[in-house]
Amino acid sequence: MKNNTPLFKRVRENRLFWPLVALSLIFIFNAIFSPGFFKLGILDGHLYGNLIDVFNNSAPLMLVALGMTLVIATGGVDLSVGAVIAISAAMGAVLINPVFGNEEITNAVAADPTLTNTPLWLVVVVTLVAGTLCGLWNGLLVSRAKISPMVATLILMVAGRGIAQLIERGQIMTVYYKPYHWFGNGFILGLPVSIYIVAIVYAIAWVLVRKTSIGLFIESVGLNAKSSYYSGISEKNVKLFAYTFCGFCGAVAGLILGSYIHAIDANNIGLNYELDAIFAVVIGGTLMSGGRFSLLASMVGALIIWTFTITMYIFGVPANALLAGRAVLVLVVILLYSDYARRILNRIFERKGLQHDTAN
Amino acid sequence: MLKKLAFLIVLASLLLAACGTAAPAATQAPAATDAPAAAATDAPAKVYTYADMTLCYPQLGAESDWRTANTASFKETAEQLGVNLVFSDAQQKQENQISAMRTCIQQGVDVIALPPVVEDGWDAVLQEAQDAEIPVIIVDRSVSADKSMYVSHIGSDMVLEGRKAGEEMNKLLPNGGNVLEISGTTGSGAATGRAQGFRETLNANITILDSQTGNFNPTEAKPVAEAFLKKYAGEIDGFFIHNDGMAEAVVEALKAAGVKPGEIKIVSVDGTRGGFQMMIDGWVQADVECNPLLGPQVMEMALKLMNGEKIDAEVLTNETVYYPDNAAELLPTRKY
Repeated sequence: MKNNTPLFKRVRENRLFWPLVALSLIFIFNAIFSPGFFKLGILDGHLYGNLIDVFNNSAPLMLVALGMTLVIATGGVDLSVGAVIAISAAMGAVLINPVFGNEEITNAVAADPTLTNTPLWLVVVVTLVAGTLCGLWNGLLVSRAKISPMVATLILMVAGRGIAQLIERGQIMTVYYKPYHWFGNGFILGLPVSIYIVAIVYAIAWVLVRKTSIGLFIESVGLNAKSSYYSGISEKNVKLFAYTFCGFCGAVAGLILGSYIHAIDANNIGLNYELDAIFAVVIGGTLMSGGRFSLLASMVGALIIWTFTITMYIFGVPANALLAGRAVLVLVVILLYSDYARRILNRIFERKGLQHDTAN
Repeated sequence: MLKKLAFLIVLASLLLAACGTAAPAATQAPAATDAPAAAATDAPAKVYTYADMTLCYPQLGAESDWRTANTASFKETAEQLGVNLVFSDAQQKQENQISAMRTCIQQGVDVIALPPVVEDGWDAVLQEAQDAEIPVIIVDRSVSADKSMYVSHIGSDMVLEGRKAGEEMNKLLPNGGNVLEISGTTGSGAATGRAQGFRETLNANITILDSQTGNFNPTEAKPVAEAFLKKYAGEIDGFFIHNDGMAEAVVEALKAAGVKPGEIKIVSVDGTRGGFQMMIDGWVQADVECNPLLGPQVMEMALKLMNGEKIDAEVLTNETVYYPDNAAELLPTRKY
């Protein structure tokens, strides 16, 4: 049966096909108009170039998109990831900050890059736990209290930045502790640390959803919660897992984002990440109504968003047109994914395919 | 049963809310209406002190260390002088600032000090304040509204800051060169003023290769700087960056690009601690000061207004340019 479908159709119906087409379109555009885009050099023992920037900058979004994919696959949505990023990054900053309370950071502190209040491993653990707890809270609201996902996560979206501000006592905390800078600015074997972090989280997610039955459960809950329930799948726990994992992903993203600039601003860190992540998932071909999903395709979606953004910077799109540029990207993607566009494309390719078959 | 309970809760909260707004209004009203009457009848006019003052300060947000220092200045000064400060944080959104101002107008505060997030769109709410006879002092950034709509503007002259930055760039690149600009929030008085002043004074032999917004936000400025460094690799002689926070992000990008301190000249604005540290490390060659510690000056002006004294329509804060040679000495004296 499978062998009867033409190869091209199988490729085309693969979830990765359209995201990769979109990404290569942006790449081809860059290759023609800005050849320097692909130039990779080696600098101070690490790779250096626009492509590395794209990967390094999109790492947090890729992480958030991973978590968001699972949540959306269960038929929900998590609007709070931006706030979760802020909360977890703020926790890290407060733990490192060697000065307690509202005391001002003295210049001696600022000059000493080895000063920290808590060992780094504990900072990382607390950052991750904080985000995971936020995810657990969302999960409990959605699965146990049966609040609709949009409303349930809206609570933390609104309150989260306030909580992060309380944690930081309304200050923008600058982290002078050098080892913390490594997550966003360091390199292993010539590649940014953030890429490895994404790879690890992806591997965990992949093993969880493809090597255990959780992935199937998530898809079945997203497709039809009621029939999953009657088949003995605990819809509650599946949802709880998805939101908790999304919180965890937000926390990891918070760690990297906080480390990039090492000044953690509760109001701005991870701003609009929830929307970008939803967009990345949509580009990845996962339906907002839930069901089948592809983790890799969502990550490619995140890459597309950042490649597009950096391309706009390179081409010197004026500041006031940046958002309009993004709007065009959203519009094109949504149109490409509409049933109407699919039908037209199918018709075009099918006809060609038929001719091909008869020729054989 | 549940419905009844819910109804009671709603009723109770409504009552509480009503009390909450009524109380300050009630205490405020006599103070406000007494003033002219008392001045007219009693021979010695009532002289207001700081303890009588309710000052509304709808802060625009907390986007940088500069802003944090500005907030701290107002809060500390209010505490020291005994001024009743109505403070709010608009999180960089104009609509939040406007609604905060409306709340203040309803509360009947004595003076409103407004640090506008953008230049335009203030006419309606300024008119409301004027109708309520509450004087408005514009703090820090400027507004495009007519000068009759507010009593005074105190703050930095953003165009002058841009001019100073341009002069510094001229000195740093006497033989000309190519510079890049990373600007502040599009449409803010700070960004447009600094950009305008910079272009006014810049020598003809210096070209601005490109300009992009970093929204006064380091996280947004970093990818911009990274993209610039690749696009114009080898051509860049200088950076003009609209605040120190973004300059820190640019320095981070320069480090990753293998640029050594001083190879690319940087002129920044603010004079924060971070800025001083970058001067000591050799990254920044000139930092144009933009003083955030406006609390004492604004409250003094507000008191004068309450006592019917005249104040200047345009008050400039004292600002200079800082250089790396004495940055290490001055750093310990910096408050922000």
